[in-house]
Amino acid sequence: MSENLSAFLYLVASVCFILSLRGLSSPESARNGNILGMVGMAIAIFTTLASPAVLSYTTIIVGILIGGAIGTVIALKIQMTALPQLVAAFHSLVGLAAVFVAGAALYSPGAYGIGTAGNIGAASLIEMGLGVAIGAITFTGSLIAFGKLQGIVSGTPVRFKGQHMLNLAIGIAIVVFGVILVVTESHTAFWILVALALVLGVTLIIPIGGADMPVVVSMLNSYSGWAACGIGFTLQNSALIITGALVGASGAILSYIMCKGMNRSIFNVIFGGFGAEGEAAAGPGGDGDRSVKSGSADDASFIMKNASSVIIVPGYGMAVAQAQHALREMADILKAEGVKVRYAIHPVAGRMPGHMNVLLAEASVPYDDVLEMEEINRDFGSADVAFVIGANDITNPAAKTDPASPIFGMPILEVEKAKTVLFVKRGMSAGYAGIQNELFFKDNTMMLFGDAKKMCEEIVMHLDN
Amino acid sequence: MADQSVAQDANELRDAALGLAEKAAELADSLASGASDAAGTAAVAVQGSGVSPTVLGLTVFVLACFVGYYVVWKVTPALHSPLMAVTNAISSVIIVGALLAAGPVEMNFSKMMGFIAVVLASVNIFGGFIVAQRMLHMFKKKK
Repeated sequence: MSENLSAFLYLVASVCFILSLRGLSSPESARNGNILGMVGMAIAIFTTLASPAVLSYTTIIVGILIGGAIGTVIALKIQMTALPQLVAAFHSLVGLAAVFVAGAALYSPGAYGIGTAGNIGAASLIEMGLGVAIGAITFTGSLIAFGKLQGIVSGTPVRFKGQHMLNLAIGIAIVVFGVILVVTESHTAFWILVALALVLGVTLIIPIGGADMPVVVSMLNSYSGWAACGIGFTLQNSALIITGALVGASGAILSYIMCKGMNRSIFNVIFGGFGAEGEAAAGPGGDGDRSVKSGSADDASFIMKNASSVIIVPGYGMAVAQAQHALREMADILKAEGVKVRYAIHPVAGRMPGHMNVLLAEASVPYDDVLEMEEINRDFGSADVAFVIGANDITNPAAKTDPASPIFGMPILEVEKAKTVLFVKRGMSAGYAGIQNELFFKDNTMMLFGDAKKMCEEIVMHLDN
Repeated sequence: MADQSVAQDANELRDAALGLAEKAAELADSLASGASDAAGTAAVAVQGSGVSPTVLGLTVFVLACFVGYYVVWKVTPALHSPLMAVTNAISSVIIVGALLAAGPVEMNFSKMMGFIAVVLASVNIFGGFIVAQRMLHMFKKKK
């Protein structure tokens, strides 16, 4: 295959990828978009296989079969609640693959047409160094994020004195060894650079807490794209550069949306989480002696049956309890009774962007019933019941009223405007931000203590009677 | 007498015209050769040290960033999870580099690395697209 033809086919593949992302603008076009993405990938792979540089196919076919089988089995078996950790794990693989590809380019540059061993151009080495550093950070960073989401590593932020100085020192060392690599093309410098970047990936992510994971997962998504870009520059391959830029932009935009959903800057999330502030804020609470109104499933079913409009606000607690199916059953019965039921999704609800939407879709909730914060916030005033299940901080009115609160300024779902607020919660513990929710003590709030799934099932039982 | 001098003038004029034509032809020749020299120089410049591949790559990169920016803002928030799965799958186009590394006949260190990278990227490609497809199949409209 001539170089011009393969360059053209890589362009076709890139266009397929762009259109596959374009398809995600609505659920109807998304499935075709995804298939277009697969087509683009097939074109890219076959174009590469047909290039004169690829002579032996056995290794490649074995590799694709092994990897494809593993990927297929995992993707088919995984539970939707485990999606965030799966995505984190997949990001780590992209990072590691980038490291290996860069390594291969360093050891046999001839295969990539970037010179001969010991004689690689400076530009190629710079690009290689960037790609490999970002790849390595993505690899270990995603592993830590995976561990935190899976519960293998503690979700609480790990902090120690001089943490930022350590990260800075590692960062400077990476730059130094990058320069040595470019000047001397030393393989040792390359591997030291890889090792340092691997360590930096760990130290960057361990201080970030569990509920900030949506930002972290998006950020690592972005990194995996930039890593692909760096490798694309080394190989002078437009498909890699374009795709890497698309993925990098996508991850960056998601991180931005998540940060905005918490009214925090990306630096605040990375360098100083809620964990440290929470300890200070917990002091003046003193809510122990205030009373809350708690109700039973029977009370809740009575209130909701007689309502004309109910808005359900799901949070991470619903995912943990796997309550989405029982919740949908409850909503179906209410709908059959003539109650208008809708779902309100906060941008940072759950552990990854769009987490709640996927879980509700899994429980066959039609997507036109599921509304984003901006679309539904004004409707709380006319709703009879706000049914909050497994969410806390994202409903806390302190974000609007109390400038001293650590979450002040964060956009919230205004559930307090509904006539009655039902809170499904396991206990009175504070949310992730470590602060008490004023809403629990309001007159029109009723706490439903218990496991989210059990509570929904009990309400369904009472509604049936 | 007058006729003779007219004829002489005409001859002189013709000689002068011929000389001019010769000069013009010479000039045209030299211009043409100059032009072809310039073209040759330009061609060498394009093949050799003109725009470096890095700058071309940078052009593609910056334009792709803009495309990505506008396309991703159009993605509906409800589909942000599938978006992550899809971007994860397509970022595994890095397999292109892995295939080139695993391509040569003789087994060496870089072919080993290429093989491992092929496996890793394949896990991602298959896993990412299938998980995205599973998710997208769950999004249904109201009956």
